[in-house]
Amino acid sequence: MNQAKLYTKDLHLHYGEIHALKGVSMEFPARFVTALIGPSGCGKSTCLKTLNRMNDTVPGVKITGKVLLDGEDVYAKNVDVPTLRKKIGMVFQSPNPFPMSVYDNVAYGPRVHGLKNRLALDEIVEESLKAAAIWEEVKDRLKKPALRLSGGQQQRLCIARALATKPEILLMDEPTSALDPISTAKIEELAVELKKEYGIVIVTHNMQQAARISDYTAFFLLGNLVEHGPTSDIFSNPKEKRTEDYISGRFG
Amino acid sequence: MPELSVSISSITAKKRRPQEALLYGFIYLLSGGAAALVVCLIVYVLAKGLPAVSFAFLSSAENPILETVGIFPSIVNTLYIVFFSLLVSVPLGVGGAIYLNEYAKNRRLVRLIEFAAETLSGIPSILYGVFGYVFFCVLLKLQVSLIAGVLTLAVMVLPILLRTAQEALKAVPESYREGSRGLGAAKWYLIRTILLPCALKGILTGILLSVGRMVGESAALLLVAGGSAMYMPQGSVFAQLSRSGSTLSVALYRYAASRGDNDTAFGIAAVLLLIVVLLNLLTRFFAGRLEKK
Repeated sequence: MNQAKLYTKDLHLHYGEIHALKGVSMEFPARFVTALIGPSGCGKSTCLKTLNRMNDTVPGVKITGKVLLDGEDVYAKNVDVPTLRKKIGMVFQSPNPFPMSVYDNVAYGPRVHGLKNRLALDEIVEESLKAAAIWEEVKDRLKKPALRLSGGQQQRLCIARALATKPEILLMDEPTSALDPISTAKIEELAVELKKEYGIVIVTHNMQQAARISDYTAFFLLGNLVEHGPTSDIFSNPKEKRTEDYISGRFG
Repeated sequence: MPELSVSISSITAKKRRPQEALLYGFIYLLSGGAAALVVCLIVYVLAKGLPAVSFAFLSSAENPILETVGIFPSIVNTLYIVFFSLLVSVPLGVGGAIYLNEYAKNRRLVRLIEFAAETLSGIPSILYGVFGYVFFCVLLKLQVSLIAGVLTLAVMVLPILLRTAQEALKAVPESYREGSRGLGAAKWYLIRTILLPCALKGILTGILLSVGRMVGESAALLLVAGGSAMYMPQGSVFAQLSRSGSTLSVALYRYAASRGDNDTAFGIAAVLLLIVVLLNLLTRFFAGRLEKK
């Protein structure tokens, strides 16, 4: 049997007429970084979003196949979606801190899941901000509006916010595409640091980024999972011609 | 190179081009004119109205036998109508906007309701008066009373509140909704913690617009709530609401139109002006406190 933390099995997704994922079967092991790469519209972001059911509310969406977390079907009828999203956290493409204080942003998730104890919240906020490598920068302005932080700081705050619900897996949807190179480097370092405790799935347009930080890489094209394996193999010795063409920059 | 020298001289030219100067002058003239008009109006109303305002004027009722005038009942009626109408229409309007924006799945129905609300917010108020008279006064047997006025005006401002609240909710970035969902928040939690606080300013604008319309309403209220200002408020709030009575605008209309008593009419206008300012400040104050929370 498959021992991976999270894996998909023959996953198909339709947005109305569009067949966006065509039978994706792959695994996302804990304590590794898995990168999803491919040209725009290839299905990599869609694939990421099916893992914590963020596509559910899109009108006309139809999903078949399986996503299994610790052997449990994520799409089973009796699944509690909030609990699922507590276990599988998410960081979005552009930083989206809420219009409230730094503290309240990080405490948002724990509060959603019913934590009210002030001391416990204080502790989680500090822990999460430290884990997201932003504690030193914001510890003196926890009560200040989060929207006053810089873009890179905002994105690390969003990572802290996602970590605050103590997830097991962290999904990152092009987390650095809106950031400058220095902030990008910080987020990349952070991803490598975080994989010691979390499974990380990152969608990226930037192949160098995938090569730098991921352990496994999956290449998507037109809704198909073309190739999936250890990052070093994908980049140095791709089995498929299409993968090689994309990685060497012949299209995309 | 003659062309180059021309372009350099035009960059360093200090003089504004004549058309531009003309345009600036025109714009200043227009905005100055608009501001002056408003200021003149306020000054004129206060100057003509304030002499009629005395303590007796503010604190007594009209007495046709002694031939004294007083607007206390009308002040109370105005406040009652504004307060209770908002009490009915704000929850309905904001709730409806939340439903249409965050829950409703049928986009065509939503567009239809939006179109209807837009049309309704533009029709003359006397139509609401006729509707209110037939529906609330006659059919529901509320007779000509303040409560019929409250309900009629609640219906009248509902489209305004609905549309402004909806626009305010639409303006909240989608990424907040996504982020909140990604943390496992249920919809109601998202609405309570993020959407409503973000939309508060827009909702407030809708409330202020509604207050303006209600305070200024005369025709519809004359029909459904009556025009008398002779009885001092007494008894329970409910008892007071079930009597008929005029608001300030209705009283103003009566004094000016049927009696030609312009001094009293201007006195009422001045009071009306001050009440509107007061209500605006009050709404802002409460909103400011809510926002801090």
